[in-house]
Amino acid sequence: MKDLASWALNTAAQRGATYADVRVVNDRGRALATKNGKIGNASDSQSQGMSVRAIVDGAWGFASSAELGRMSTEATAARAVEIAKASAQVKQADVSLVSEKAVKSEWTTPFKIDPFSISVERNLTLLMKIDAELRSVKGVTLAEANMNFRREEQWFFSSEGTEIHQTKITTGAGYVAYAFAGSEIQKRSYPNSFGGQWQNKGYELIDELKLVENARRIGEEAVALHSAPQCPEGTFDIILESSQLGLQIHESVGHPIELDRVLGMEANFAGTSFLTLERLRTLKYGSELVNVVADARQEHGPGLGTFGFDDEGVAAQCTPIITNGLFTGYLSSRETAALIGLDRSGGTLRAESWNRLPIIRMTNISILPGEKPLTLEQLISSTDHAILFQTNRSWSIDDKRYNFQFGTEVGWEIKNGKRVRMLKNPSYSGFTTGFWNSMDAICSQDEWTLWGTPNCGKGQPQQVMGTGHGAAPARFRGVKVGSAYKGT
Amino acid sequence: MLTHDQAADIFSRIKKHSSADEVECLFYGGRSALTRFANNTIHQNMAEENYGVSVRTVFGGRTARATTNKFDNQSLSKVVKASEDLARVQAPDADLLPVPSTGEDARAPKIISVPSRHFSETAALTPAQRSESVGKIVSVAQKHKLTTAGIFSSSETVEGIFNSRGLNDWHAQTSAEISITMLAFDSSGWQKANSPDAANLSAERLAEIAASKAAESAAPREIAPGKYTVILEPAAVLDTVGFAFFDFGGLPILDQRSFLSNRIGTRLFGENISIWDDAAHPLQSGSPFDGEGMRREKVQLIENGVVKRLVYARASAEKMKKSEHADKVGPIEATGHGFPIPNEMGEAPMNIVFEGPRDPRTVEQMIASTGRGILVTRLWYIREVDPYEKILTGMTRDGTFLVENGKVVCGVRNFRFNQSLIDMLSNVEQMSTPVRTSGEESFDMVVPAMKVREFNFTEVTKF
Repeated sequence: MKDLASWALNTAAQRGATYADVRVVNDRGRALATKNGKIGNASDSQSQGMSVRAIVDGAWGFASSAELGRMSTEATAARAVEIAKASAQVKQADVSLVSEKAVKSEWTTPFKIDPFSISVERNLTLLMKIDAELRSVKGVTLAEANMNFRREEQWFFSSEGTEIHQTKITTGAGYVAYAFAGSEIQKRSYPNSFGGQWQNKGYELIDELKLVENARRIGEEAVALHSAPQCPEGTFDIILESSQLGLQIHESVGHPIELDRVLGMEANFAGTSFLTLERLRTLKYGSELVNVVADARQEHGPGLGTFGFDDEGVAAQCTPIITNGLFTGYLSSRETAALIGLDRSGGTLRAESWNRLPIIRMTNISILPGEKPLTLEQLISSTDHAILFQTNRSWSIDDKRYNFQFGTEVGWEIKNGKRVRMLKNPSYSGFTTGFWNSMDAICSQDEWTLWGTPNCGKGQPQQVMGTGHGAAPARFRGVKVGSAYKGT
Repeated sequence: MLTHDQAADIFSRIKKHSSADEVECLFYGGRSALTRFANNTIHQNMAEENYGVSVRTVFGGRTARATTNKFDNQSLSKVVKASEDLARVQAPDADLLPVPSTGEDARAPKIISVPSRHFSETAALTPAQRSESVGKIVSVAQKHKLTTAGIFSSSETVEGIFNSRGLNDWHAQTSAEISITMLAFDSSGWQKANSPDAANLSAERLAEIAASKAAESAAPREIAPGKYTVILEPAAVLDTVGFAFFDFGGLPILDQRSFLSNRIGTRLFGENISIWDDAAHPLQSGSPFDGEGMRREKVQLIENGVVKRLVYARASAEKMKKSEHADKVGPIEATGHGFPIPNEMGEAPMNIVFEGPRDPRTVEQMIASTGRGILVTRLWYIREVDPYEKILTGMTRDGTFLVENGKVVCGVRNFRFNQSLIDMLSNVEQMSTPVRTSGEESFDMVVPAMKVREFNFTEVTKF
C-alpha cells in the first residue's frame, strides 16, 4: 500500500498539488433476510478501490478508481489534479486547512466474534426461528427478519506524512411484524425500526439482542394495535423511549450542528441550519438537563460513529455539543474548522466508501444519561398524564432542522403513574429549541442505549452513513400531539 | 467503458468456476463525475470509474448472490464460491423459478425497445466544461446579488445481464443533471433538470428561474396553516406521487403491505388521472429489461382514476395466479418489472408517465384561475405517516408563494403538510402537459404540474 500511496502522492505533488491524501478501501458485506418463512435475501459483496483528494490552485479535486496498479493509480492522481484545476476556475477564496499533526497508527473495532466466521446456516436458522415466532401470532400477515455484517478496511496516507490502517466491523439485526386488517396496516419492529439495532462490534451483538425472546410479544403488539384507540390530538406531556429519542437527537441536534450545513455547503440538497455562527455559546438549546456530546472515541461505546481516525486522518474526539442546555459545539473538518477560526478539526469527515469524497458526518451524537438513578418505570410512576412514544415509524424535519414531526409504531397512555392503554398511530411535532427546553427528566445510565442509525443520507452524490446515538428515556412537557392525522 | 463483449468474456469465465445448476450475472457501472458548488464556489468536484458483476447461482430451489468489482480469475472464482456457499445451505424453495431463457417470453408483441439514450457529447463532458457551466450559474447569482449552491453531474453507464440459459442483454446510456439553489437573505429558489443528453439542459435558464423565485419570495409572510388550493410544480408532484408506485407490484399485494389491497378495479383517484409505466417513452430513461432480463412491457396502471393493473416479476405472477387474490387483481403475467433476485420487494414500475390532460394548463394559467392558494416549487423530507391511507408528511421548500386573485402576491413561510395521496389525486382540478421531472425524494418521472384543492397544511415553520 505504501508504494501505491507514493505513486499517487508523488504524481499529485509533481502536478501542482499543495496537499493530497489517498484512501484505499477493501469493503466486504453480507446481507441475510427471511420473509414469511422463506429466504428474502442472501448476498455477499466485495468492493475494493482507491481515491485521491488534492488541493491545487487553492481548490479541491477528487478522483477514484477500482484499479490499484501503478499506471491506474498515477492516472487517478493526475485526474484529481485536473479536476482541482477546473474547480479553481470558480472560487471566491483558496481552501485552507487547520493543521493536524502527522501520525502513523493502526486501529481496529474491538470485537469478540468475527461475524463472517459464523456459518450462514446458523444465521438462517436464527432468522427462521424469529420468523416462526412472529407468524405464530394470529393476525400477523407479514414477518421480515434481517441480519447484516460489514468489514471495512482502509489505508490512509497524506502528503503531510500521516499513515493510518483502520478496520471497522459492523453488525446489525432486527425484525418487523406487519398486521393488515380492514383498512389499516400496522407494524411493530424490534429492537428498532428500519433494520433493528446496529453497532460497530462483532457477532456478540446478535446474542445480546435477545431476538427470539421478544418476537412473540412484537407480533402480538402489531395485532393489538388494530383494536387500540387512535392517539388523541392536543397538547400532552410525552415520554420518548430511548430509540425514538436517539432519532430525535439525530434529526434535531446531529444534523443542524454539521458545520458544512451551517456554512451553506449543503444548501442545495440536505439544507442549511438554524444554528448560525452567532448562536455558538449563546443559544439556550435545551433545559439544564440536556447534555449532548459528539463522541467518536472507543470509550463512548461501540456506536456506528466510533472509530480511531476520521477519513482525513484526524483522531477520534469528544466534542461537547450541548452543555447544561447551552449550545457549545459544531461537527467540523479541517477545512470548516479553518473557516470559523477553530484550532483543530473535530475529526468528523467520513466517506461511504473508496469512491466517495469524505464529508462531515455525525459520529456518536449522544445525550448523556441523568446523574440521579431513574428507571423508565420510575419515570412513568412519577408522571400524572402523558403519552409514551415507542419505535419510530415516520420522521420529517425542515431543511434548517427546526420544525419536526415524528410518528411511532405504538403509543402508551400513562395516567396516574401507570401505563393504562395502547394507542395507535401516535405522532408528535414541534420546534427544535422549544422541544429540548421542555425536557424535565431523563433516565440514568442503566436505561441508556447506544443506538445505530445505519441509513443516514447526505451529500451529492448521496452517501449513506452509519451514525450512533446514545439515549435514555426522557420526558418532555407540553408537546403538540396527533397533528399527523389532523384534517386527513 | 466495459463493453458487451468484455462482459460476455467475464461471464464465460464465471461459468467455468461454477458448479451450480444455473448461473446469472448482472453487470453494472461506468464513469461518473459531479461538480458541486456552494457559496458561489466549486467546493467539491469528483470523478469515479467502477464496474461490478453480481453473480447469482441456483441449486435446485436455492439461490444467492455475490458481487465483486474485480474481474481477475481469482476474484471471479472467489465471488462464485461466495454465491454458491450462500445458496447451498438454504432449504429449497419450491416457488423459485429457473432463470428465464430468451425463447420462453410469450409476450413478444407487447415488449418494447427503448430509443438510444447514449450521447457521445454527454459522455465526453470534461471537468473544465462543467466548471464553465457552473461559472455561468454563479454569474447569474452575482447579477441578482444572490448566493448559489448546486451540482452539475454527468455519467456514462452500462447495465447488462447474462444467464446460463442463453439470455443476454445490454444497455448503455448517458445522463446529465443540473440542480441549482439560489439563496437570498431570507428566501431561496430552486430548479433541477436531468436528461440523457446534456444538450437538453440550460444551466443559465435554470439559474434565472431559481434566482427569480429567490427574489420573489423575499420577506416571506407567515400565514396560518389549513386546507388550501395548491399549485404543485412538477417536482413537487413527483416527490409525493413517488410514494405510491412501490405498491403497484404483485408481491406487495401478496404481502398485504400495499395500499392497493382490496382496491384494484375501484376508482381510487379522480377521473382525470391516468398513469402508465413506459420505459420506451421518449422522455424516459433507463434500460429495457428488468433484474431477471425480462423485457419491460408498457403497462397502464391507472385509467381514469381506476386502478387497472399491477406489474409483475415472473415469480410474483406465478404466485399471484395461485393466490386468493387471483380473480381480483386484473391481468396477471410477468411484465418485466422485477428487481434482481433474491429480493424482498418483488417489483415496481420505475418509468412512470402521466397521461396528458385533455385541456392542459400552464402553471401561469393555474395561477390566473386561483382566487386564493399556495404555489409550491418543491417539497422536502417526505415520509409516509399511514401506509394504507397513504398519508404523507413533509415540508415546502425553496420557493413557496401566496396566490390571490389570480396573481402571485408574496413569498410565505414554509408549511408542513399531512396529506393523503389518495385524496390529493382525487382533488386535481387542473394539470399541465407532463414533462420529464427530477426531484429529491423519488425517481425521475414524466409528470404534470397540478392544481389541487384542499391540500392539508398542518403547521408553518419559522422561515
